Amino acid sequence: MPIETPAAQCGPFAHDTVGIPRTMGLVMLALVPATLFGLWQFGWPAIWLFLATLAGALLAEILSLWLAGKPIRPDLSDGTALLTGWLLAMTLPPWAPWWIGVVGALLAIVVAKQVFGGVGQNLFNPAMVARVALLIAFPLEMTRFVAPTPLFSAEAPGLVESLAITFGGQGFDAFSGATVLGQVRTELGQGETLATILPDLYTPLSGAVGTVAGSLGETSALLLLLGGLFLLYKRVITWHIPVALLGTIAALAALMHLIDPEHYADPLYHLVSGATLLGAFFIATDPVTSPVSARGQLLFGAGCGLLIYVIRTWAGYPEGVAFAVLLMNACAPLIDHYVKPRIYGRDRRGQPLEYANDVETSR
Amino acid sequence: MKLFKIRGGVHPDDRKRLASEQPIETLPLPDLLHIPLQQHIGAPASPAVRRGQRVAKGELLAHGQGVISAPVHAPTSGRIMGVGQYPAHHASGLSVPTITLKPDGEDRWADHIQGVADPFALAPEEIAARVAAAGIVGLGGATFPSAVKLDLRKRYAIHTLVINGAECEPYLTCDDRLMRERAESVIDGIRLMARALGVSRIVIGIEDNKPEAQAAMAVAASVDSSIRLARLPTRYPMGSEKHLVQTLTGRETPARGLTADIGVVVHNPATAFAVHEALRLGHPLVARVVTVSGGAIARPANVRVPLGTRVQDLIAHCGGFKDEPARLISGGPMMGQPLPSTRVPMVKGSNGVLALTAAEINGGTPRPCIRCAGCVQACPCGLVPLEMVAHIRAGDLEGAVKRGLMDCIGCGSCAYVCPGHIPLVQFLNHAKGEMAARGRAKQKQTETKRLAEQRTARMEAIKRAKREQMEQRKREMAARKKAEAEAAAQAATTTTTDPVAAETEA
Repeated sequence: MPIETPAAQCGPFAHDTVGIPRTMGLVMLALVPATLFGLWQFGWPAIWLFLATLAGALLAEILSLWLAGKPIRPDLSDGTALLTGWLLAMTLPPWAPWWIGVVGALLAIVVAKQVFGGVGQNLFNPAMVARVALLIAFPLEMTRFVAPTPLFSAEAPGLVESLAITFGGQGFDAFSGATVLGQVRTELGQGETLATILPDLYTPLSGAVGTVAGSLGETSALLLLLGGLFLLYKRVITWHIPVALLGTIAALAALMHLIDPEHYADPLYHLVSGATLLGAFFIATDPVTSPVSARGQLLFGAGCGLLIYVIRTWAGYPEGVAFAVLLMNACAPLIDHYVKPRIYGRDRRGQPLEYANDVETSR
Repeated sequence: MKLFKIRGGVHPDDRKRLASEQPIETLPLPDLLHIPLQQHIGAPASPAVRRGQRVAKGELLAHGQGVISAPVHAPTSGRIMGVGQYPAHHASGLSVPTITLKPDGEDRWADHIQGVADPFALAPEEIAARVAAAGIVGLGGATFPSAVKLDLRKRYAIHTLVINGAECEPYLTCDDRLMRERAESVIDGIRLMARALGVSRIVIGIEDNKPEAQAAMAVAASVDSSIRLARLPTRYPMGSEKHLVQTLTGRETPARGLTADIGVVVHNPATAFAVHEALRLGHPLVARVVTVSGGAIARPANVRVPLGTRVQDLIAHCGGFKDEPARLISGGPMMGQPLPSTRVPMVKGSNGVLALTAAEINGGTPRPCIRCAGCVQACPCGLVPLEMVAHIRAGDLEGAVKRGLMDCIGCGSCAYVCPGHIPLVQFLNHAKGEMAARGRAKQKQTETKRLAEQRTARMEAIKRAKREQMEQRKREMAARKKAEAEAAAQAATTTTTDPVAAETEA
């Protein structure tokens, strides 16, 4: 029985069980523990903000695709927009008003992603573009943090009260609290030393577990680490960027701490505070905006780590993950241009390998 | 033995269980054979038979032409039905010069077919010559004439013969079965090739997913202490010649070079078996073992097939299709070619016929590249496929070449892992084909220019020669006239002065 098959397509006629939706799904799965912790810890307002941001991201994606005349279903079902919204929500102050999340989602999806051409085309990490834009445009809303008030605890706002906080613009000064990084920075600026500042604010344990004021999903270093290790295990990311990023921060912090322990915090403080772990495992590893070669990724990760430490320590903001990642995003094409894997049979300069004439005849 | 790491590679599900426990069976003679004249890399063979002629099994059907070519022999006895055009065993399905043979059912060997009692007594050149005369080509799929590779010792300092028993393509088990069932013959062929190459070191590399073949070959290899067996980790593309040599020796073959540049020649176990049969029995290459497998095949099998058998006869022998195949493939799923129809004949290089279901292929609609770098990690050649393909998409083929397009071995590891199902190999092959076409066009152009210039120079030379000739003739004429005049004048004077002298002069 002769059969005719179209012969135009090349192999391989086998394919690994991978796909973009699966990759995005795994990343979201890895985010679940830290997210749940954040939502629990900061209560209903955080949940509303989270949902508003995700909805904003999805709507922005649908709107952009519709305007561009592109098919909506395939892009939407990839999960990239949902993940962008999710990551953005993780970095927002948990009690920020709903429009912060929605405006951020619009900035991330429309300005940072779709304007560049959609999935895979953006130069900068959309979530970080949105976060930085929000921080500059709405500094007040973006720096009002709250101390943890876990769901169902006595001091936590109820359902109605939290609706008023997120959607009604009701103030919450009674709950306000600065992040550890912010507080330390302020007090260091007032001439205090770490020995007097830190004991009241922070213990390595509170930083690691995350029972401190901070962004919605950034506080629990341990749960983020868990998610990161899951991504490594699932081979969604490689170790190069996280290790280079964390290693650089730790090394710089160790060096400065050694020189002046009164003004420069120890490495552990830097690793568990702020967005370090979220950045190392979930933000800087964004494939679209990071280099593709292993050595390029090491360089990229180290650059992020260096900038994070420099911004936190000497620049105008208490936290620098978003700025650091964006600056290194801009360098990624350059890194990819200059740092490539060595081609088989060629030296680093691209010339064919040459062997001495006395080729060994036996081994 | 110590093995070295290679970069990249993938671990596809090998699906060898489908056929690996099926002993090699012999295909009953089909009612018609279509034997293409080009079943090898190099110049096509030129026909040596006419329509209607009766041939015996093993008789020469077509001569090899030139240095890189191979003859073709009759796979069985019968009558030549024609020397014409028939669809090729190739994705294009284009017709190529083919000899059609109607078997007479006797399967009678030609009288001159005779083996050598002690082939190890032959000179290396003689072994290579017999391999060439038997029409043996690389049976791993590359189909490069084997004798040319056995003669490499003339130009390179060869020290090691590597036998590529990796068989890293999923599904394929023909080499596995051959090594299990005919280990002594394969080892004999290997030793003959080593003799032809003049090497004292032989390494047989077999992947760890073939423990039975490893064991059988280890037993058979114990006759010769220069043979070593390497148990290779199972990883695609371990069977890539250059990567196999690197795994075994730790040395990379220089770009654009041959493994012979680092003193190694690589042959396939099936080729070794063919060499054994050619030397010991005098049999030319007229049949080969083929794996017929895939989810759509009713009865996966390893079949020894006369060359020229139509794919449909082979599939019918294996019970036909139990499912509608989404693809019919020649070779393995990673680097194999889709077959245009089941009418095409089996050739020397066909090591597998796979009928794959859509679920096995696991295809998908291409999505935009998310730069996940999966292809960069998977590439065994250290290339950046996503970047090359971006350049090819934009029409910048030179940019792709600058980024190593010509160093790509086309193994398909990149496309295999791509989460966006981007047909990377298709882009890369397109660019390679286009660059080759441009190269040919450029060569044609320079060649035309050279010929035109030569012609002008030639015409000039002819003109100049004519002119010179004319001038010379003129000069000669003038000289003669002058001489005649002088002679006449002299004659006039001598006749008056000395008639005797004038007479003697005349």
